Amino acid sequence: MAPIRFTVNGAPVEVTDLHPTTTLLQYLRIHRRLTGTKEGCAEGDCGACTVTVGEWLDGRLRWRAVNACILFLPTLHGKAVLTVEGLSAESQPLHPVQRAFVDHHAAQCGFCTPGFVMALVAHRLDPENGVHLATEDVIAGNLCRCTGYRPILDAAAAAEPGGLEPAPPPALSDEAMPDYRAAGGRFRMPRSGDELAACLRETPDATLLAGGTDIGLWVTKALRALDDLVWLGACADLQRIDATSDGLRIGAAVRLHDAYPILAEHWPELGELLRRFACVQIRQAGTVLGNVLNASPIGDGSPAFLALGASLVLRKGDRRRTVPLDTFFLAYRKTALEPVEFAEALLLPWPADGQVFKAIKLSKRFDQDISAVMGAFRLTLADGVVTDARLAFGGLAAIPRRSPSAEAALVGHRLDEAAIEAACAAFRQDFQPIDDVRATAAYRLEAGQNLLRRLFLELTRPADAPRILDLEIAA
Amino acid sequence: MTRLQAVAAPLPHDSAELHVTGRARYVDDLPEPQGCLHAAVGQSARAHARIVRMDLSRVAAAPGVVAVLTGADFPGLNQIGPVLLDEPALAQHSVDYHGQAVFAVAATSYELARRAVTLAEIDYEDLPAAIHLEDALAENLDLLLPYEMRRGDPDAAMARSAHFLEGSFRLGGQDHFYLEGQIALAAPGEDGGMDVHASTQHPTEVQHVVARCLGEIDAKVRVECRRMGGGFGGKETQANQIAAIAAVLARKTGRPVKFRLDRDVDMTLTGKRHDFRIDYRVGFDEDGRIEAITFGQAARGGCSADLTGAIADRAMFHADNAYFFPHVRIRSRRLKTHTVSNTAFRGFGGPQGMLGIEEVIDEIARHLGRDPLDVRRANLYGPAPRNLTPYHMEVEDFVLPEIMDELEQSSGYRERRAAIEAWNRTSPVLKRGIALTPVKFGISFTTSHLNQAGALIQLYTDGSVLLNHGGTEMGQGLYVKVQQIVAEELQIPTGLIRITAADTSKVPNTSPTAASSGTDMNGMAALAAARTLKERLTTFAAEKYGVPAHKVVFQDGAILLGEHRMSLRELAKEAWMARVQLSATGYYATPKIHYDRDQAHGRPFYYFAYGAACCEAVIDTLTGENRILRADLLHDVGRSLNPAIDRGQIEGGFVQGLGWLTTEELWWTKEGALASHAPSTYKIPCASDLPRDFRVAIWERGRNQERSVHRSKAVGEPPLMLAIAAFQAIKDAIAQAVPGRGSPRLDAPATPERVLFAVNELRGRTAALDLARAAE
Ligand SMILES: Cc1cc2nc3c(=O)[nH]c(=O)nc-3n(C[C@@H](O)[C@@H](O)[C@H](O)COP(=O)(O)OP(=O)(O)OC[C@H]3O[C@@H](n4cnc5c(N)ncnc54)[C@H](O)[C@@H]3O)c2cc1C
Ligand code: FES
Ligand code: FES
Repeated sequence: MAPIRFTVNGAPVEVTDLHPTTTLLQYLRIHRRLTGTKEGCAEGDCGACTVTVGEWLDGRLRWRAVNACILFLPTLHGKAVLTVEGLSAESQPLHPVQRAFVDHHAAQCGFCTPGFVMALVAHRLDPENGVHLATEDVIAGNLCRCTGYRPILDAAAAAEPGGLEPAPPPALSDEAMPDYRAAGGRFRMPRSGDELAACLRETPDATLLAGGTDIGLWVTKALRALDDLVWLGACADLQRIDATSDGLRIGAAVRLHDAYPILAEHWPELGELLRRFACVQIRQAGTVLGNVLNASPIGDGSPAFLALGASLVLRKGDRRRTVPLDTFFLAYRKTALEPVEFAEALLLPWPADGQVFKAIKLSKRFDQDISAVMGAFRLTLADGVVTDARLAFGGLAAIPRRSPSAEAALVGHRLDEAAIEAACAAFRQDFQPIDDVRATAAYRLEAGQNLLRRLFLELTRPADAPRILDLEIAA
Repeated sequence: MTRLQAVAAPLPHDSAELHVTGRARYVDDLPEPQGCLHAAVGQSARAHARIVRMDLSRVAAAPGVVAVLTGADFPGLNQIGPVLLDEPALAQHSVDYHGQAVFAVAATSYELARRAVTLAEIDYEDLPAAIHLEDALAENLDLLLPYEMRRGDPDAAMARSAHFLEGSFRLGGQDHFYLEGQIALAAPGEDGGMDVHASTQHPTEVQHVVARCLGEIDAKVRVECRRMGGGFGGKETQANQIAAIAAVLARKTGRPVKFRLDRDVDMTLTGKRHDFRIDYRVGFDEDGRIEAITFGQAARGGCSADLTGAIADRAMFHADNAYFFPHVRIRSRRLKTHTVSNTAFRGFGGPQGMLGIEEVIDEIARHLGRDPLDVRRANLYGPAPRNLTPYHMEVEDFVLPEIMDELEQSSGYRERRAAIEAWNRTSPVLKRGIALTPVKFGISFTTSHLNQAGALIQLYTDGSVLLNHGGTEMGQGLYVKVQQIVAEELQIPTGLIRITAADTSKVPNTSPTAASSGTDMNGMAALAAARTLKERLTTFAAEKYGVPAHKVVFQDGAILLGEHRMSLRELAKEAWMARVQLSATGYYATPKIHYDRDQAHGRPFYYFAYGAACCEAVIDTLTGENRILRADLLHDVGRSLNPAIDRGQIEGGFVQGLGWLTTEELWWTKEGALASHAPSTYKIPCASDLPRDFRVAIWERGRNQERSVHRSKAVGEPPLMLAIAAFQAIKDAIAQAVPGRGSPRLDAPATPERVLFAVNELRGRTAALDLARAAE
């Protein structure tokens, strides 16, 4: 039985006896008595538990901000954990970020503070990794109820350069696939798609774990006992994004954050969608495919990928099949995935001439919120006439789904107001949404149609319909 | 040599370095005593039901479980209510809300305790449940007696008015979402003693409730709180239940017990801000000047009284905000629902009352086609006779006209309103709006006897000082402010003054740290203690060194005795050798206040705090999304004790108010379960919600007209209500989106959904796009 080996603030540790679903936060607070890292929600939504994790990826050392509260300990194998305690030793000078927080009065009750500090430190340690992020984005996953954020933003801007350079993680070379067993639980870390396929065949009931941003909550919130986990995060071949002649092939282990540069380059609207997807901490853990495979009716990825005509490469043992996303979602949380099967990659066809793509997310709060309604639209136009329409929605049905009637109302017509109004009327035929905490059915229907109207305005009269987040006030 | 100036310095929070290094200890960070157990509660799955059968045998047999507790097992009373004994710690026989605690366990770990409580078998027999305020109104379910305030003859005056409006609107509640969830750690001591570390704004009440539940005298219970990870009113009474359950389990097992709430449990188990329905009738003249007004305020109290009486009272006390009503009647109903008992939240009813009148003023302005700011100004309090509140208190210190003048200028309100109107004509989909609203907030507990505080100061023979008082620290900076006050009085550096935890065994019978009064009262009490100590030392030194008492001067770390000078350390040592007592207590009771509740007549407030805000909003008329683009705040803190801390309160309060009025929405299912019970579904503001252009100023001419501590003013709650300007700006944007169709109907919070439907309603259901074009 292999121990889990990683470092905490530079010191090597070996874990041999804790259940594999023990979270990093439990480990730090309870087992190491490192209480600087706080629990505010235990579901990845407040950032109080943020720590920095260093890992080798493609020969590069990456530093990431992660939510310790939903991170299972074995996924740290071979990584370096930096907590607030590691930033500045007692009676040593403060780290520049800490210093700036003191000088700018950025802590009131202080409970959120270590999490903010660590999110900012992670960003400083690996600025290239988050080069597209404004400070608001870097801390979008950190809630503060006291300060109103102004002093935190000031402190982030004013912090002097410098601060510690944490030691890189140990480079491990495991002979065999790490297979951790403790306290009645098992956690396997296949290193390739082949090993993963074999693991799933061997134990069809095992839980396939990707980034754990859903599965973590099954444990911390639903109190589910998961005693057999197979983690795909160590599969080197699944970490890849390949640009082929047909399009992009995104591997199952690719994290949302790491997919940003290439997705934003080819589909700027996907870039903005990803910027508003959860927060840095979640995007640094959660995978692109996990967001599709969980079959959530309110996820952001699926409508966008549906509109873009994506498909999934599914693998079972050595059998591979390619399934268009159009036919993948069957019913609420039900998909075409068979037992033992897993998704190896997502295929995204390149944009073609005449195509336009828009993705619009509506939520109560702009950042770090789940969509009430999400619309993703790809139109193909020739001489002003719609030759193809893919209008996909989240939040309107039990699965992410296209609106066939609205699409039919557009195809073959000039993109004008009459066509859009016809599409809006048709759209109403396709969906019977429900009331819930995020929005009423009435809003979902109304806003869904208005997203089609907005699409039309953005394509035909863009100056008339800027998005609210793009508006800067004219002095 | 100059005097040491600690007061008014922008010192950092006393725990700032501990906060940023993670070394500040909250209750959950304290080393756990040996054998410590962990508690969890089983929660009701029904809103209102009789418990027909409860089988906890599987719970008791679950791994790690050491004890199972029901309401019947309490050695004392199973009652946690702060005012009335109407709320059990653990429900017996019947449940009154979905999520109510029904039983508790103590287990060897937090995880095992949480797992164990899922194993209970409980059969319920449903009873009729009122979930929403409307249900309670329909059923006439009053939790407490209605209350009325009145001056003049509003009905007759209204009948004579040239203009008349009536209306009704709803405003939502709010979860505190302190980042540190509720927690208590109880350790049994010898001879019936119980030591409790609690995250509480009211250690004394926790002490009383724990003693009551244990059936012990108060003196056997000690409650300590060094700091909270946020409170906002949510730990004023809501900490009682947590500590009581921990203590009773500790008594039952004979072991220390920690009870920490998971976030979802915290949000379903503990109370929130009251949501309200407000009905009004108002008569006014051509200028929008109110001649007579009546309000009906209906507050959702939830399942028990808690502090609802005082909160609903404060909503009435603030139904005027900053405006004079020649004839007025305010009727308040406090309704019972089968939902969690609502409780104190920053502003304590004030925000609800104030939003009510700001809404009415806005309606008047739109009815008359006037700028709402002009109508606001026309209605402000003024010289007698326009200085009488609905509860017959004279407003003596009304500085709002000056503050509003300044803000109107500095924010460029008039020019910007014109520019926004012009811009809106060019923008068919996005629309902007602007509003400037005032805040007047009464300072003092309206429950008069709570306006007292105590402090304890101990001087050691090395010249260092230990400071203790009844106030609790939740991030608001109370401790550093009181430390500054004592440092200045004793003329020693703050570094020599050790701040200690609120502790019921040091300063007894304290009031909650609430009603924004923490510094006013504890600062004064500490000042009194410091003065007592100084007097003793002065008498001693004058005698010993043969100088007149007035020649003994404490200055910048030293004591000057005519020609002679010595350090405090030397003086302390000498005084001790001469057997002079070096510890002193101080006490303060707020003067001037009185209130006759039967007559609704008196002076419940020592003074008022003032401020004003100007906000600019933009909405998307297709989606209802909205943002605050710019906010200018100008707030009166009297003479600031610590401008850095005060600014923090102003900004933080505003953003919290912004959340209340925009993104934060509490949502219950038909069955009465709170669906917005976690940050995934309940959205408090995050960094990007801060207005991109945020200009905050402390009003420089501020000075408390009353003899408050260093002429400062309370600042904890009032700034929250500055956010009403943001709500009114959103409403203005909606009105501007569809000009000429009257006033939009917008309930709070202004979620995208409410904004979109308000726009649609104004458009009279014409297709959105047509109107987008019509606006071109
Ligand atoms: C705080 C927070 C905010 C969030 N915000 C958003 C948001 O804004 N928008 C949004 O869309 N989502 C949001 N989410 C959800 C999002 O993080 C997840 O949907 C995530 O993308 C899932 O990926 P994962 O790698 O973490 O999956 P995991 O949690 O590891 O797995 C999820 C499910 O997918 C299965 N699975 C994963 N990968 C595969 C595979 N390759 N083959 C077969 N099955 C697989 C797993 O077995 C499991 O059933 C949020 C979550 C949190 C906690
Ligand atoms: S505790 Fe809230 S994100 Fe981890
Ligand atoms: S300082 Fe209290 S939550 Fe941020």
